[in-house]
Amino acid sequence: MRPMNAVITEIIRETPSITTIRTDIELDAKPGQFIMVWVRGVDEIPMALSFSNGITVQRVGDATRALSNMHVGDSIGIRGPFGKGFEITGNRIMIIAGGVGGAPLLPLAEKAQDIEVHTLIGAKTSHELLFEGRFSKYGVVSVATDDGSKGYHGFLTGLMSKYELEVFDQFYVCGPELMMKGVLDILHGLEGRSQFSLHRYFKCGIGVCGACVIDPAGLRVCKDGPVFAGDVLIESELGKYHRDATGRKIKL
Amino acid sequence: MPSLALEITGLKLENPIILAAGVLGTTGSSLKRMADSGAGAVVTKSIGSEPKEGHQNPTMVKLDCGFLNAMGLPNPSYKDFQDELATAKQGGIPVVASVFGAHPDEFAKIIIGLQGADAYELNVSCPHATGYGAVVGTDPVLVEEITRAAKKATRAPVWVKLTPNVTDIVVIGEAAQKGGADAVVAINTVRGMAVDIHSGYPILGNIYGGLSGQAIRPMAVKCVFDLYNALDIPIIGVGGVGNWQDAVEMMMAGASAVQIGSAVYDDINIFNKICTGLSGYLSDKNYTLHDIIGLAHRRVDQ
Repeated sequence: MRPMNAVITEIIRETPSITTIRTDIELDAKPGQFIMVWVRGVDEIPMALSFSNGITVQRVGDATRALSNMHVGDSIGIRGPFGKGFEITGNRIMIIAGGVGGAPLLPLAEKAQDIEVHTLIGAKTSHELLFEGRFSKYGVVSVATDDGSKGYHGFLTGLMSKYELEVFDQFYVCGPELMMKGVLDILHGLEGRSQFSLHRYFKCGIGVCGACVIDPAGLRVCKDGPVFAGDVLIESELGKYHRDATGRKIKL
Repeated sequence: MPSLALEITGLKLENPIILAAGVLGTTGSSLKRMADSGAGAVVTKSIGSEPKEGHQNPTMVKLDCGFLNAMGLPNPSYKDFQDELATAKQGGIPVVASVFGAHPDEFAKIIIGLQGADAYELNVSCPHATGYGAVVGTDPVLVEEITRAAKKATRAPVWVKLTPNVTDIVVIGEAAQKGGADAVVAINTVRGMAVDIHSGYPILGNIYGGLSGQAIRPMAVKCVFDLYNALDIPIIGVGGVGNWQDAVEMMMAGASAVQIGSAVYDDINIFNKICTGLSGYLSDKNYTLHDIIGLAHRRVDQ
């Protein structure tokens, strides 16, 4: 598909570094699916849908900076939705969202009707906690901050240790890579009960070029993912290395 | 079921359906996965002498008639690809290293540096890289020199991938043959461009790129047909093949083997599917693989 023209209808400053951009295009997407967002003249990047018509962006590079500086009425090109999203299953689930990782998880919480949802949100500091209010609408929320400015003082993995994890039917995880690796290790043994949304460098975004494949199974994050079962990731490159635009391995 | 096994440029393949360069070939594990999904051989992403990030995104867009891409030869350099090649070889099928350079010495240096490939495919045909690819591949003198330098650098077979973006592809094919090529691969993508009508911006980060997929198959068939008439070395057909019927057509035009690129978009298990279809066709018609290669020429000559 050629990029659709999406006109920005609303911009929400979620935290000092994170911005939500909503547009006039509503997509029929599964929670966890992504779109390719083209900032014309700058770059095109994959972004998880945080709303059926919106994305939530943390400033990290040229394209995210350009996106964060856009105004209502400006337009972007979008393609998608692409990739495999989250499978909603079970009666009691835990959502574990680190930093901007809450973006693909919010639509999941919204869609998990008649399911008991516990959400753990982590950030460096209280001002950077994302979607605390929105997640609260769908269930119980606990927060962790690295600096202890709100909630549990420490990482999400530490907060998880306060819970009896066996009672949850499914865990949904997205956040910084080392956090996800930590969570994966904790959930080891709870087979078939976790789903992780991964982040890798994308080029084509449609499963052809091979820039985003992960070792050792050669799975394409853009098409076979971005959501993978934890069991698939246990022996994978997650938490060890990723590849840059040239395809070179970059150790974490 | 009739055998699909063949020998091409000294390589023994279980079937003639090969993964094309630039598609799911960035890592060893990806190439191994393609081997597991039934490819007869795999060709790596094109590898150069220095790490290269490639063009800015968007690098690929699906159009109604095919795919437009301008990846820009992203690669980690041959030094950082050695491990990936070793992993790819665990797939148990021939692994062909695609290499690109600006001049004969650079091709030779990469081939000598990237040990262990079962064959080397010279990319003198990428339509959108400054100083590389089709820039050198449209000059028959340079193609001949590059091929000769590559042949000197290795005992492994050397395939030369040709660009269709020339007045007469046969001239370039003949230059490759004269330089000692063991086979030619035809065709690389056809130069193309798309413009976003909402904004006027060219869609690809590189402004223009190469068209692949269904739309270019008739062009590829014609190029293969013409090359078969002119050359003594085998031709590997590539361009828009998406099912077994397309593969049969390409072989009848003169291809000894066929490469698959964009069609992995629809189905990553396309290799198995094409092989099953091809096998069934040969059985129904009581043909061998050999019988269909170049059949269109024998019909014309009758």
